[in-house]
Amino acid sequence: METLLQQIVNGLVVGSVYALVALGYTMVYGILGLINFAHGEVLMVGALTALQTVLLLMEVAPGLPPLLMLAVAVGVAVPVCMALGYLMERLAYRRLRGAPRLAPLITAIGLSFLLQTLAMIVWGRNYHTFPALISTEPLEPVAGVFVTPVQIAIVVISALLMAALVLLVNRSRLGRAMRATAENPRVAALMGVDANAIIALTFIIGAGLAAVAGVMFASNYGIAHYAMGFMPGLKAFTAAVLGGIGNLAGAMLGGIVLGLVEAIGAGYIEELSFGLLNSSYQDIFAFVILGVVLIFRPTGLLGERVSDRA
Amino acid sequence: MHTNPAAPLLQVDDIRVAYGGIQALKGVSLELYAGEMVCLIGANGAGKTTTLNAIAGMLPLAGGRIAYAGDDIGALPAHRRVRRGIALVPEGRGIFTRLTVEENLRMGAYARDDADAIETDLDRVYTLLPRIRERLAQVAGTLSGGEQQMLAIGRALLSRPRLLLLDEPSMGLAPQVVEKIFEVVQTVRDDGVTVLLVEQNAHLALAFASRGYVMESGRITLSGSGRALLADPSVRAAYLGE
Repeated sequence: METLLQQIVNGLVVGSVYALVALGYTMVYGILGLINFAHGEVLMVGALTALQTVLLLMEVAPGLPPLLMLAVAVGVAVPVCMALGYLMERLAYRRLRGAPRLAPLITAIGLSFLLQTLAMIVWGRNYHTFPALISTEPLEPVAGVFVTPVQIAIVVISALLMAALVLLVNRSRLGRAMRATAENPRVAALMGVDANAIIALTFIIGAGLAAVAGVMFASNYGIAHYAMGFMPGLKAFTAAVLGGIGNLAGAMLGGIVLGLVEAIGAGYIEELSFGLLNSSYQDIFAFVILGVVLIFRPTGLLGERVSDRA
Repeated sequence: MHTNPAAPLLQVDDIRVAYGGIQALKGVSLELYAGEMVCLIGANGAGKTTTLNAIAGMLPLAGGRIAYAGDDIGALPAHRRVRRGIALVPEGRGIFTRLTVEENLRMGAYARDDADAIETDLDRVYTLLPRIRERLAQVAGTLSGGEQQMLAIGRALLSRPRLLLLDEPSMGLAPQVVEKIFEVVQTVRDDGVTVLLVEQNAHLALAFASRGYVMESGRITLSGSGRALLADPSVRAAYLGE
């Protein structure tokens, strides 16, 4: 029972991060019908930019309180990633707007490799320690379950960001324009909406969320490196598909469900496989889910009709 | 902005549009004076919709000029033409089916920043289209065809257009509904909005419009007053089924 509760807590934490990243996939898909496979790398750039900022601050202003340091680091990482998201759209995807679907897809994979390689050149191949600016020491266990302050911060901040995004999309004039553009960009233009600006903004918002997710990921595991975005990127994509790609609520639900399945699965994988596999095989769950969803329910948990627009 | 009252509000001069190697418009010229209601009739594929789309900025020109209120707007993207006062109710209505009725209407006012006046205009649209008012919170995709057409017109009016382009408002609708829609269009015209109307139903269009143009394979082949065109033997033969 305690293992289960503990794994539920862990799953919620990881799931929150997946959900933030999944939102970026699903928003871009909703508006362009494009899977931006380079989105995971934005998470990595966010984490490493934050790390770089923290290291710099420790040098020039070592007396700064850790929380303030982290806030500044996020304050640098988010705009850097937003700029990166904008550039990806402006330089690569916009030119391929009318192209067959395969072209932007391959471009996305190419961008992913490009960003990883650039990050490797800048930050090297080694794993970097991400300082524990929010404590990763567990608090007093409640009902036998250990929770760390950083885990609480991750869940709370994710929830706040997701609530803010939902409000923006469903309640604001801008969000209305985003939804209108997603449904019919030509008619949206007739209303005075600059579809290019809306599409760029969608990339920018998604990248900002991924930057925060990157800092969360690095803070939770205490590690950052050039390839760290790849696996969470794929998992978040799986989460978006699981929830119903193109659907915001679906991305959030998919992220949380995937995080829970993965964590609970990791807790019991030894028993499930009669000792054959251990918890380092936990990635299996995400991809089994992806396969099962694609075969039996390609529209996902909350998915409507899959858009047939290229 | 000072405009010469004697100059046309819209002057389309020898425009050409091509897509996929096909010349859809082979030099179309027409003009609209402020306050007029003019119709564009012709067979399927004659280029009527293409002409409206070109005026609204949805298609690039391969040649020719579009002057509106004295300015050459041929290079302006669609989203900036709305701000100049050109609104298109597109073929098939272009309702945002996943947005609510009210959200659709508010999209019509997207280009405006005069919040108070938008509320006033919303009220006017509700008065003009009482059926729409009853359905504000409903998802627009659940409206009937006639209601969607009404909504599309109301949405266009919320941009406060000087020039309203209507593409086949009667398409697929029952005669009583069409009648209601034309009453609304008449009211809009009476309020001083200039209207360019594309219609399959030439009878109806010519009866309502003060003038008309006849299009055939990418060109204007005939123009005149509604009455004159209704009486023209070639129009009667080709478009009025006689």
